[in-house]
Amino acid sequence: MARFTPKVVTANALIEGDVVYLTADDRWSRRHEEAELIEDEAHGQLRLLHAMGQGNLVVGAYLADAKAGPNGPEPTHFREVFRTRGPSNYFLGKQAELI
Amino acid sequence: MYSYSDFDEAFVRARVAQFSQQVERRLEGALTEDEFRPLRLMNGLYLQLHAYMLRVAIPYGTLNSRQMRQLAHIAQTWDKGYGHFTTRQNIQFNWPKLPDVPAILSALADVEMHAIQTSGNCVRNVTSDHFAGAAADEVEDPRPYAELLRQWSTDHPEFQFLPRKFKIAVTGAPNDRAVIKAHDIGLRVLKNDKGETGFEVIVGGGLGRTPMIGLTVRDFLPVADLLPYVEAILSVYNTLGRRDNKYKARIKITLHETGKDEITRMVEDRFAELRPLFGGHDQALLADIKAAFAPPAYRNAPVDAYDAFYKADPVFRAWADTNLAQHRNDQYAIVTISTKAHGKTPGDATAEQMRVMADLAEKYGHDELRISHEQNVVLPHVHKSDLPAIHAVLSQHGLATANVGLISDIIACPGMDYCALATARAIPVAEQIALRFQELDLEHEIGPLKIKISGCINACGHHHVGHIGILGLDRAGVENYQITLGGDGSETAVIGERAGPGFAYDEIVPAIERIVQAYLAHRDGPAETFLQAYRRLGLAPFKAALYPAEGTQDAA
Repeated sequence: MARFTPKVVTANALIEGDVVYLTADDRWSRRHEEAELIEDEAHGQLRLLHAMGQGNLVVGAYLADAKAGPNGPEPTHFREVFRTRGPSNYFLGKQAELI
Repeated sequence: MYSYSDFDEAFVRARVAQFSQQVERRLEGALTEDEFRPLRLMNGLYLQLHAYMLRVAIPYGTLNSRQMRQLAHIAQTWDKGYGHFTTRQNIQFNWPKLPDVPAILSALADVEMHAIQTSGNCVRNVTSDHFAGAAADEVEDPRPYAELLRQWSTDHPEFQFLPRKFKIAVTGAPNDRAVIKAHDIGLRVLKNDKGETGFEVIVGGGLGRTPMIGLTVRDFLPVADLLPYVEAILSVYNTLGRRDNKYKARIKITLHETGKDEITRMVEDRFAELRPLFGGHDQALLADIKAAFAPPAYRNAPVDAYDAFYKADPVFRAWADTNLAQHRNDQYAIVTISTKAHGKTPGDATAEQMRVMADLAEKYGHDELRISHEQNVVLPHVHKSDLPAIHAVLSQHGLATANVGLISDIIACPGMDYCALATARAIPVAEQIALRFQELDLEHEIGPLKIKISGCINACGHHHVGHIGILGLDRAGVENYQITLGGDGSETAVIGERAGPGFAYDEIVPAIERIVQAYLAHRDGPAETFLQAYRRLGLAPFKAALYPAEGTQDAA
């Protein structure tokens, strides 16, 4: 069986559509580094179920690969990196809003 | 231009009211996302990578200055100040917030626009030649037929849940500027030997995962048979089309799996049943629609000022040489406004630019604008004497780039900068190619060359029919770009050939440069275009340029 790689729970906010991450204390943060880094597969499923029960706050929750970094979890795949920033053609989205 | 009837107006307003209540119920928690999702998609609202995206239909790419100003107003009021014109002649707003969408749809309804059937498994926005009603090579303006199809397909009860989405394109000219052979149904208006108007009917074209050029199923379909025949095609597809596998659900696969002869027989049988049910009401409606598309009252005035300015001003001359097309009226020109300034996002216009283009259309262009599938904006009817004034205004707003049909006039889908389906970015690749060839100052030397970039296999960027096509993929967690060569989206449509292994993000621009250098080295003089040279030479010299290391290995 493949070894479990660490994950975060991510989704889009229902009202704004912003990318959000589930924190260990059950908040939805705009910042990837505030996400709960999930290192256990069974716990990951529980956290995802919790997220999916929050359909009044977020849409399309899923588990995304991540790794530990100096300031908190960091994305590993480029798609998730883009989701932490916003588009590359304009300085818009999180890169402009989360300074 | 067609104006909404009371029926259209009431229908669109009713839909806005319905969707407003649906949004309210979603925000209150009375609707789950599973319940709400199909409802929002029916109204053009997607959830993308960073935000919601609203796709607004621009039927057959035609709009007036009031509508363009309203798009600017929406961009500024509820979005981030810009909009993105798409390869299906739609406009997408990338940052709407869910609670604002009802107000946006209401603002659209105020100018006879909507976002209905811009998503979902239904008949999508009917597209057309962006030069329709103006082009010198046109048999007849195709837009009345597109409008008839729009009215017939809107909320058609039988075709709201097709196996998959369904795209129809109509052109009225032998030179295909609407990529009709890559649509589920492509229609070309033509005359038979008796001088009667009809259509060549092409079925089963499409790009995406399984690219196919459509097949002609009727050489000449009389105008009066249009709706029953299209309905027969849809009806057969609705019955046969595969609902078990999303990737095999488009009509191109149905056609391929069933066979052209058998499908044609079934369509003709169904047509025989349907035809008597169309008692002529559709033709009465068509006559009314045609009246709405009467040509503008052309001005008769000297064009000397244009000729003099053309001779005197080299910047204007360069723009006129690339961005003007021949109008059926000798005193007029068709202006393509490039939204492809070097280093900018293909197809994006700011609210300010939209207002400038609306003002120009109102002042000089008989109040008409078009959006092309190549993601530019067109002023279809401009008296030549007004061209210098128009060029001067465009120059002040970053809209006078003289590159239409050239290497920097690139189609690019939103790619992974916006799209949730994308597997790689497309926009920055387009920006960098344009900047590189501007830096080399080779663009005009290279001549006509269409580069088309898609950020995933769904091919919104039409890469298969690009002279050079680029497909962005995710290969083991890294962006990788495959190149296809020799594609063609015109009346001589052909799917491009894969050149070989893909290139990394930082290798793709140099790879394109090597292809172009190979073309310049091998071409039979400047008159031979890239596509002509490719057809003469085949893949080999381009492959050698793309993969020089392999050539060395083979030699050793």
